[in-house]
Amino acid sequence: MITVGLDIGSVASKGVLLSPDKKFFIVLPTGWSPRDVGKQILSNLLMQAGIEQEDVDAMLVTGYGRVSFNGAARTVTEISCHARGVAALCPEARTIIDIGGQDSKVISINENGKVLDFAMNDKCAAGTGRFLQVMANTLGMDVGELAASEDPSVTVAINSMCTVFAESEIIGLLARGSPKGGIIAGLHQSVGKRVATLARRLGVKEKIVFTGGVAQNAGVRRALEEELQSRVFVPAECQFTGALGAALLAAGS
Amino acid sequence: MADINVDQFANIRSVALEKILDKKKEGLKVVGIYCTFCPQELVLAAGAIPVGLCGTREDPIPAAEEVLPRNLCPLIKSSYGFALTDTCPFFAFSDLIVGETTCDGKKKMFEIMQDLKPVHVMQLPHQKSPFSFDLWVKEIRRLRSRIEEVLEVTITDEDIWKAIDLVNREKELLKEICDLNQMSPPPIRGIDLLTVTWSSGFSHDKEEVIQMMEALKNKLESIKIEPEAAQKPRILLTGCPVGLGSEKVIRLVDELGATVVAMENCSGYKTLELRTDRNNDDPIVALAEKYVNIPCSCMSPNPYRMELLGRMIDDFKADAVIDLTWQACHTYNIESYEVKKLVKEKGLPFLHLESDYSSSDEESLKVRIEAMLEMTKQ
Repeated sequence: MITVGLDIGSVASKGVLLSPDKKFFIVLPTGWSPRDVGKQILSNLLMQAGIEQEDVDAMLVTGYGRVSFNGAARTVTEISCHARGVAALCPEARTIIDIGGQDSKVISINENGKVLDFAMNDKCAAGTGRFLQVMANTLGMDVGELAASEDPSVTVAINSMCTVFAESEIIGLLARGSPKGGIIAGLHQSVGKRVATLARRLGVKEKIVFTGGVAQNAGVRRALEEELQSRVFVPAECQFTGALGAALLAAGS
Repeated sequence: MADINVDQFANIRSVALEKILDKKKEGLKVVGIYCTFCPQELVLAAGAIPVGLCGTREDPIPAAEEVLPRNLCPLIKSSYGFALTDTCPFFAFSDLIVGETTCDGKKKMFEIMQDLKPVHVMQLPHQKSPFSFDLWVKEIRRLRSRIEEVLEVTITDEDIWKAIDLVNREKELLKEICDLNQMSPPPIRGIDLLTVTWSSGFSHDKEEVIQMMEALKNKLESIKIEPEAAQKPRILLTGCPVGLGSEKVIRLVDELGATVVAMENCSGYKTLELRTDRNNDDPIVALAEKYVNIPCSCMSPNPYRMELLGRMIDDFKADAVIDLTWQACHTYNIESYEVKKLVKEKGLPFLHLESDYSSSDEESLKVRIEAMLEMTKQ
């Protein structure tokens, strides 16, 4: 059986193609058209696998752009897809922390990968990838460079939750001569604290698995581990767990 | 689900408005009320029409924010905004406005509202001790005098008992209609149920609305229930008041393929078990007893709400519970912790939503509701 899972997120869109003997992964920036990027990912996956669309037995779309992608595909929310994807990669997982572009969410799952409860951040950007992206811009950096540039030994606490206020706060800190590495560590700590509170509302159980684009940032992982006083695991496919879950659910498994 | 036409109920507001316009010159009196805690029986006993003024629409909120803080619940802002912008004819027609101290926000808003029109504020006790009950009885007596004074009428005990009978009958009927949704599939959609329960609060003629309810009940009872057609997850909605204009969560649940079978909120089931005791010697004490039992989150503690919710979950065979809190409604927001415990003990998915009257968060609400519905199907 060949199945495809697409996860059209606010910043990045991910695709996974599962065939009996191989897995294919693709990520592209979502841009302004979630529909077009979905098609693009699908055709790239088909090309990589060397097959035609007719060869795909089932497809499922998730992520905020799931509705706009009308490829006669079923849609399922990212909550169920992340749960399924993480359960496949790491059966011992009981708590999933997913931080994406505009959402952060915590999902409790049981030994069968069943969703027991979930919580998502409210409307604002605090504790999401967007927060880090805006702060990286203020610091004149790329968001991908943040983790390598942090210096937790001189962490400067960032007190503003609001992204706009936090930006002003950083400008003030830079003007006062605070070390850049310490400010970056403070930003990671801010995201970590925010999401850890969300997680504790649900009740944190080990093993904790961290996914989403922000899981690629080792600084946020470090901050989460400090806040939760627990190890946090990041699978190599951390950005693809939603799409992987979608591909697995498409297969009916 | 059969297609039930509730247009007649949806039209109650406009019909009532016409009637009031017509008869205002002949001396018809209107009393605007903001909350289910107001003993509407006293208004009816005075021969006046009680109308609900509680704001359920977003339109006047920007105007209200010129006076009130932004970080206040949308219900209070909407209620004040309608008064301030003079866009609610029922407010304009009211000879007397009655408010209650259900929360700090409303209490302070009513002070400012006095600049627009006299507001009679009832001091509502937030617990059921004997001392606070005495206060509540006195407050209801004070309301009686105020209505008599402003409307220039005498309210006899006999008039109050008649009104009590009428309201008891209306609540009984409404409860019977709501209870029909214990069947599977439910005979009436959540949004239609809201239209019936919410709109009847605007009626100019209780007898007429009771007849309409009886007809609706008969119609619903005549629907042939086909249990095998029941496929949609059954949602119990609880939390802050919802009316037409602020029904987005009910609509989204429907769009996502589930159905709201019951609502434990002010416009829904919250007050429907409560009757005024006909055997009491004093109608005012009888009213006080009924109203002090309303399980609003402003009551502390509030065990009856949990008891009621527990029974409703079982009786309506709920598959999941959504607790809707309007932003900055601290008491419902905090009490959500207890609701969650109760629902989790029942082993059901629970979703606490915090929102306002705008449509800005509909996409994120959808994801949450949809994910909860997926949990019911796992």
